[in-house]
Amino acid sequence: MSGWTTIAGRAVALPQANVDTDQLIPARFMSAPRSAGYGAFLLHDARQDQADHILNRFDGADVLITRRNFGSGSSREAAVYALVDFGIRAVFAPSFGDIFQGNAVNNGLLPARLTGDQIEMLIASLGANDAEATVDLATGSATIAGQTVSFDLDPVWQQKLVNGWDDIDLTAQHRDQIKAFRAARFAAHPWALPAS
Amino acid sequence: MTASQTLFAKLWAAHEIMQRDDGTSLLWVDRHLVHEGSHHAFAKLAERGLRVACPDITFGVVDHYAPTRAGDVSPDIRRMIETLGDNARAQGIHLFDLTDPGQGIVHVIGPEQGLTLPGLVINCGDSHTSTHGAFGALAFGVGATEVAHILATQTIWQRRPKTMRMTVDGVLGPAVTAKDLALHWIALLGADSARGYAIEYAGRAIKALSMEGRLTLCNLSIEGGARLGLVAPDQVTFDYIAGRPFAPKGAAWDAALVDWAQLKSDKDAAFDREVRIDAADIAPTVTWGTSPEDALPITGCVPNPADMTGAKREQALAALDYMALDAGEPLDGIAVDQVFIGSCTNGRIEDLRLAAKVLKGRKARVPGLVSPGSKAVKQQAEAEGLARIFTEAGLEWAASGCSMCVGMNGDRVEAGKRCASSTNRNFRGRQGRGARTHLMSPAMVAAAAVAGHLTDVRPLLEGRT
Ligand code: SF4
Repeated sequence: MSGWTTIAGRAVALPQANVDTDQLIPARFMSAPRSAGYGAFLLHDARQDQADHILNRFDGADVLITRRNFGSGSSREAAVYALVDFGIRAVFAPSFGDIFQGNAVNNGLLPARLTGDQIEMLIASLGANDAEATVDLATGSATIAGQTVSFDLDPVWQQKLVNGWDDIDLTAQHRDQIKAFRAARFAAHPWALPAS
Repeated sequence: MTASQTLFAKLWAAHEIMQRDDGTSLLWVDRHLVHEGSHHAFAKLAERGLRVACPDITFGVVDHYAPTRAGDVSPDIRRMIETLGDNARAQGIHLFDLTDPGQGIVHVIGPEQGLTLPGLVINCGDSHTSTHGAFGALAFGVGATEVAHILATQTIWQRRPKTMRMTVDGVLGPAVTAKDLALHWIALLGADSARGYAIEYAGRAIKALSMEGRLTLCNLSIEGGARLGLVAPDQVTFDYIAGRPFAPKGAAWDAALVDWAQLKSDKDAAFDREVRIDAADIAPTVTWGTSPEDALPITGCVPNPADMTGAKREQALAALDYMALDAGEPLDGIAVDQVFIGSCTNGRIEDLRLAAKVLKGRKARVPGLVSPGSKAVKQQAEAEGLARIFTEAGLEWAASGCSMCVGMNGDRVEAGKRCASSTNRNFRGRQGRGARTHLMSPAMVAAAAVAGHLTDVRPLLEGRT
């Protein structure tokens, strides 16, 4: 995966709290291989029920502004695939589901935290329209609909997003240390191995 | 002298292989559990031509797509199940497939098979992996990229979460269960209140819980936003584990008991956050909205969005619209179309016993499905005569799997239908597109079945022991 430092695109607001992963991608779509493309599944039911859903009206959106607890619920990484394949590259919210935000970073999607007040200000600025958005990982700031905000981002995640790092490669360098750890752990605690 | 440590800190230290300069730790993973949904991770592994690093501590199970009723299985579902089988065989992973007597929901069979033990780090590509923390294990769900990483390296990079101790004083009232306790605290604090925390549950009410109750409580930790939940292991834990198929035996068992005796927070250990709850404040609890935080005692009424402001009000309005409920309507009395008992939250033998106690000699006014959490639970429930009680009440007794908790296997709630459910998520569309889910304990589900509407189970249990 390649990294990124800046986004210049369009932002829209989804003024809802608790947009859980079951809404982001209903379970029935999760047996598809990733190569099939997951963009069409994003918020599938809501988008089908509401023809004027913000993501139907602006299907080129790159940045999403939303309320607290976005991506809560299931660990399904498919929720991130749906966002990424749709074209979303950054989500701004006061809080995110714990597993979701890790999944997001692993797929190059920025989960950026803002205060509730900042989010309400952006939601008010955007209304039901889209607007220009720029995001800069290096400075941790974004300008959305003319409003500039600094966001809170874990430095480790910033690094991963910028470099497009893959943990498997990183970890492979520690192979010997891991091997030794396993041997020592099971020697000291033989009960930790499953009996057979 | 070493400083006083929390249970969490001890477990973390025992698994930390190294720490990067940026503070991220590489943790050793003692057990990795995979299911049909892990297909993305196996595909990532195959793309790189990698093999599973430690197949001896990796276990697979068919649960999310497991058929629970007789009849045809769709080609899509069959393919998901076969793909897991192919991956498990190719990688030498022990698989509990549909024909295995150990099959069931991953978070039910881990404990049942003795794979879940105190002191382990346990991962699975499923958010309710927090369940296993009931044994005093560090257990948390991960996404597909991390599943692939664990398959390839048997390790995971983690930022250390903060610690929260949730002390539950006092005694839970009659027919008030671990489910009610969990819904109570999530409603009190919020569905994202524990984000970034590892919760240790402590106090008299927790000590008094059975393993089943502790599993239910830890299961729902994620619904309050926590990465994981923990209960320090005690005699209740050890008695549960003894003799399970994969549990330590002989000298290993003796060594385990010595190690496990250390697994508790030291007396003066400091937590980043302390929460105290009085068990006496908790009534049988139900959800009325589309987040687990939308929960209230059954004696309450649907809240009025007019009493709220801002985003909260919009959220409540949207929830009532989706749920087709009126503000101020008493919760006791909301008519249901069907019921479901099962899932990794409440599909264990104790859950079925409690539901059967309510249903015995009574008829359900609405249809419903009972799916035991595992084949072992199913067999035991049949041997104890519980299955008969369910079927005589008019409910359908199905095979084990995730079933109507998530609807992947085709067990769905139809659009617009209202279901009293012992599961863990009342999200929009969770049990099926347009489905309206009310979460509650299995006893409360049974009460809803008998009454045909949400109702307080306590009168129905009076005089029944
Ligand atoms: S029973 Fe439900 S919550 Fe539990 S693992 Fe299965 S789908 Fe997930």
